[in-house]
Amino acid sequence: MNLEIILFIVLALVAVVSSVAMITRPHPVISAVFLILNFFALSGLYLLLNAQFIAVVQVIVYAGAIMVLFLFVLMLLNTNKEDNIFKQNKALKIFAIAIAVLIFAQVAFLIFFSSPSDALNSQVAESVQSGTIQQIGTKLYTDYILPFEAAGFLLLAATIGALVLSKKKFE
Amino acid sequence: MSILEIIIITFVKILFIITAMLLTVSYSVYFERRISAWIQTRLGPNRVGWEGILQPFADVFKLLLKEDIVPEKSNKPLHTLAPFIALFVAFSTYAVIPMGPEVTIFGYKVNLVVADVNIGILYVLALTSLGVYGITFAGWSSGSKYSLLGGVRASAQMISYEVSMGFSIAGVVMMASSLSPVAIVNSQYGWMWNAIVQPIGFITFVISAFAETNRLPFDLPEAEPELVGGYHTEYSSMKFASFFLAEYANMIIASAMIVTLYLGGWQVPYIDKLGLGETLTTLIQVGAFFAKIGALIFFFIWVRWSIPRFRYDQLMNIGWKVMFPLSLLNVVWVAVVLMIFN
Repeated sequence: MNLEIILFIVLALVAVVSSVAMITRPHPVISAVFLILNFFALSGLYLLLNAQFIAVVQVIVYAGAIMVLFLFVLMLLNTNKEDNIFKQNKALKIFAIAIAVLIFAQVAFLIFFSSPSDALNSQVAESVQSGTIQQIGTKLYTDYILPFEAAGFLLLAATIGALVLSKKKFE
Repeated sequence: MSILEIIIITFVKILFIITAMLLTVSYSVYFERRISAWIQTRLGPNRVGWEGILQPFADVFKLLLKEDIVPEKSNKPLHTLAPFIALFVAFSTYAVIPMGPEVTIFGYKVNLVVADVNIGILYVLALTSLGVYGITFAGWSSGSKYSLLGGVRASAQMISYEVSMGFSIAGVVMMASSLSPVAIVNSQYGWMWNAIVQPIGFITFVISAFAETNRLPFDLPEAEPELVGGYHTEYSSMKFASFFLAEYANMIIASAMIVTLYLGGWQVPYIDKLGLGETLTTLIQVGAFFAKIGALIFFFIWVRWSIPRFRYDQLMNIGWKVMFPLSLLNVVWVAVVLMIFN
């Protein structure tokens, strides 16, 4: 076994265990801790795929900014133990199980039934080749300039929307 | 170079840096106490050894021998984990900071940096954005209102100042057209220091660095008069010392980052024109790097004992309404400079 496979197994185990722990812990803050651990395992997996930029951005954006905001809200509310929503609403349980089965089937299909010669996989292989920041930057500002600018425009619109919503009085 | 050689060389570098960091961190505590005493015309610690030079060791022994108290209402696993996170983040940032040019030792070409990664600056940003977890977890897990307030303040403050810090770094990255700290230092040849080329970015970065390291005038997460001790109110013994050490390690790293990004790193202007010979030049350059860091640490301490603490709303206003637009202005300025001279 070479080093990459060992690292993959370790990181995958951490990712799976932490995500299961995240949804089973009753306390929201502890769940958040496991989610952060899961982000780390995921960014390690990105590194193994030679996608350095995505790996670091995963940590900066998700673990460093979004989860800090989550924790901030959780701490301000200081919820001790979340009430089990399934006990309040039985119909929700069936709905949740149906969604979980659907998503699991999708993932299982992708892993076991898609063949390596698919068009999707060739694109994945190409993206593995261009994981460094220079290549991502070149691609973003040449081939994908329109989607990139469109995404920036959408984000700007969302920011302005949030500002308008949080304003208390309209004049 | 074989893999074994690379591993051994990296291991030696890590050992050297850990030892140097532990020593400089404990001595920066000593210097803080002596300089603050000098500023306030007191004496400061001067009993252990010559002029109190052995004071750090006495402090460490005292803290090691103290009883470790974990509060009844705390969340124990997180309460123990928090100081580890703080120390880990503070010490691992140093891996990408270059201390000198490439040198040849015993026939091996050695780069004076532990890891020359091409995304080094992003690595530092990622780690500093994690540093807030040590403080928030400490604040939340203690089960005390003062600690919780400290933790909540820390998370809001660090997120706000990370934004302007990121934009200040963007200017530096544009100048060097690389994210590798080694390339950034190499791009500041001669007097082309980033502090001179982009003064606005330099100022916003230094102020954000103060906020990120929770030093006065931005030490609201631990503001003693209002929050007892802030996030580390409920910590004692070596766990408290870990937070204390992490704060000083962060200060040293902030100084090292300022030197690397804005003050030319190990570069001494036009030293290669003097014809001093390779070994002497390298020695002067490494010495210059540490001298610059030392001067900045003195600056950090000087500011702490000169300027009073900001109010919390003032802190947020400065962060979003002054620092953020200024750092954006710096990006525009660098773009204009690049357009004119390229």
